[in-house]
Amino acid sequence: MIAFLIKRLMHAVLVMFVISVLAFAIQDNLGDPVQQMVGQSVPESERAALRERLGLNDPFLVQYGRFAKNALQGDFGYSYFYREPALEVIARHLPATLELVFAATLLIVLLSVPIGVYSAIKPRSPISRFFMGVSIIGISIPVFLTAIVLIQIFAIGINVTLFPQDISWGAWLNATLSTQGSMPSFGRGHDLVHVVGHWDTNLASWDGIRHLVLPAISLASIMLPLFIRLIRAEMMEVMQSEYVKYARAKGISMRRVYFVHALKNTMLPVITVGGVQIGTMVAYTILTETVFQWPGMGLMFLDAINRADIPLIVTYLMVVGVIFVVTNTVVDLIYGLVNPTVKLTGKPA
Amino acid sequence: MSTSTTTTPSRWERFRDSYLWYSFKRDRTAQLCLAVFACLVVAAFCAPLLAPTDPYDLRHIDILDSELPPFWIDGFDERYTLGTDAQGRDLWSIILYGTRVSLLIGFGAVILQALIGVTFGLMAGYLGGRIDAFLMRLADIQLSFSTLMVAIVVGAVVKSTLGSAFYSEYAVVMLILIIGLAEWPQYARTVRASVLAERGKEYVDAARVMGLRSKRIMFRHVLPNTLSPIFVISTVQIANAIISEAALSFLGLGMPETHPSLGSLIKAGFDYIQSGSWWITLIPGAVLVVLVLSINLLGDWLRDVMNPRLYKG
Repeated sequence: MIAFLIKRLMHAVLVMFVISVLAFAIQDNLGDPVQQMVGQSVPESERAALRERLGLNDPFLVQYGRFAKNALQGDFGYSYFYREPALEVIARHLPATLELVFAATLLIVLLSVPIGVYSAIKPRSPISRFFMGVSIIGISIPVFLTAIVLIQIFAIGINVTLFPQDISWGAWLNATLSTQGSMPSFGRGHDLVHVVGHWDTNLASWDGIRHLVLPAISLASIMLPLFIRLIRAEMMEVMQSEYVKYARAKGISMRRVYFVHALKNTMLPVITVGGVQIGTMVAYTILTETVFQWPGMGLMFLDAINRADIPLIVTYLMVVGVIFVVTNTVVDLIYGLVNPTVKLTGKPA
Repeated sequence: MSTSTTTTPSRWERFRDSYLWYSFKRDRTAQLCLAVFACLVVAAFCAPLLAPTDPYDLRHIDILDSELPPFWIDGFDERYTLGTDAQGRDLWSIILYGTRVSLLIGFGAVILQALIGVTFGLMAGYLGGRIDAFLMRLADIQLSFSTLMVAIVVGAVVKSTLGSAFYSEYAVVMLILIIGLAEWPQYARTVRASVLAERGKEYVDAARVMGLRSKRIMFRHVLPNTLSPIFVISTVQIANAIISEAALSFLGLGMPETHPSLGSLIKAGFDYIQSGSWWITLIPGAVLVVLVLSINLLGDWLRDVMNPRLYKG
């Protein structure tokens, strides 16, 4: 176990090193700090002096060493736009994104497990077929389009006039299918409850939760079909295994076989895939936050790109890199813990 | 032909006897999806013939015609069946042209992915050793970041380096490169897995004993036997590439609005959704979903037929 831990940690450090080199290369090639610091009127000789003083003429490796040393101490430079430390800007935007990811994850877990298990137990039932059909449609709809459709239906409202208004059932159908559109569709609302530090939460007030609903559903919509299909496939495979047949033959109630015996082994691969996918959700927050103007890291990153705010872009990449590496490492470790049969050190068995 | 036992059947006859064709004949969903997909492809690539106006030609565009609704809503204009967008362009024409751009990038990116991924996968699987370890570690790292994230970051960096104007001008090439480079690991992994299964077989040993060079064995002997998983993931990858392109365009890192893909049409229309002009964004959106859905369903069918054991997720 310890050998595995060390190996995983070394891997994580290596990946972070590669990311930091890439991030530094971006910073080195894109931004000209001197241009940002001085005005147009400053003569070339003074610029050169400043350049020398800042160490911009040093070799790449020396500059990278300085960058890495500062980064390890949490100093990523100043954001051009916000005029404050880049890490500070990220820290201010991080809670909004984390709450969004948390709410979406909650939705995914609460929905995918029952639906996946049900459609594995009764693969031919109409409900299972319906969910499988919906899930392939769900995979085919890009996350920003789901978000736009949700905004149209629940925030703007739709007025259906498809059915003849002069017949009673037509009028009723029109009225039933039309929606009022009262959900908030952008921002986090004003009713945020302060928790600690930069963390104001949406989860503690009714208005806050109402603002969170549509973005969370949109973000969940991209992963939910994947999880339903994964849980269904794994569960069906487990149901074929010997030990499940044995449990059934022993006369244990079906409910116990499904939810105690079979579900445990179903969740093993779901943990690995799931953990990685939750990291992946960070990428989709960029899209969701753009549509809903959710003031999180994703929206901040996109703004930073449009403003060519290089230090902020680089810091975002490093922070997201850390998030990915940490989730992947933790997922691997958990998997090693819950599944003792896995070969930890990669030695031949 | 039936009299002679030595003639080998032609490709077409072999295809008609195959399980692929047999199961296609019996699967209504697959037939429908292929029909829809074929219609969209033909319509998109015949866009200049089918479209009533040329949306790239500024002379045909009148800003006074902007935001006209489609034909089933009161106040529509007979010249514009599906209405117009915010710039007064005919929505039907611009969707045809937009679908063409989306398909072009989707296919282009998948071809690039396949070229890189298949080469790397063959090398990793066949040569093994350090090359294998290095390439697969690279693929692991890249996959753990999610392909969309890689594409967004590369797109952002390339756009800031080259400048918006240059990026917009070569957007098609840029998007093909970005999506192609972001998603090659999928191919590499699939190919490597099948190469590992093939490598120990006798025909490979025979070829090696004959003294053929590794390159020839890899591409002429092993590769043909790994084609069916490549086909299976190719369909899904085309759908993914089209979605990635739409996502990048939606974020403003893709096709410019003067030369829009389906993604940039959705983005352009989104600004007008609050004012009630939902069709500008939702009609291109619906086309995008139908396109991707038909490819995904075809991919599902193909996976069931060609590789029943791989039925997961």
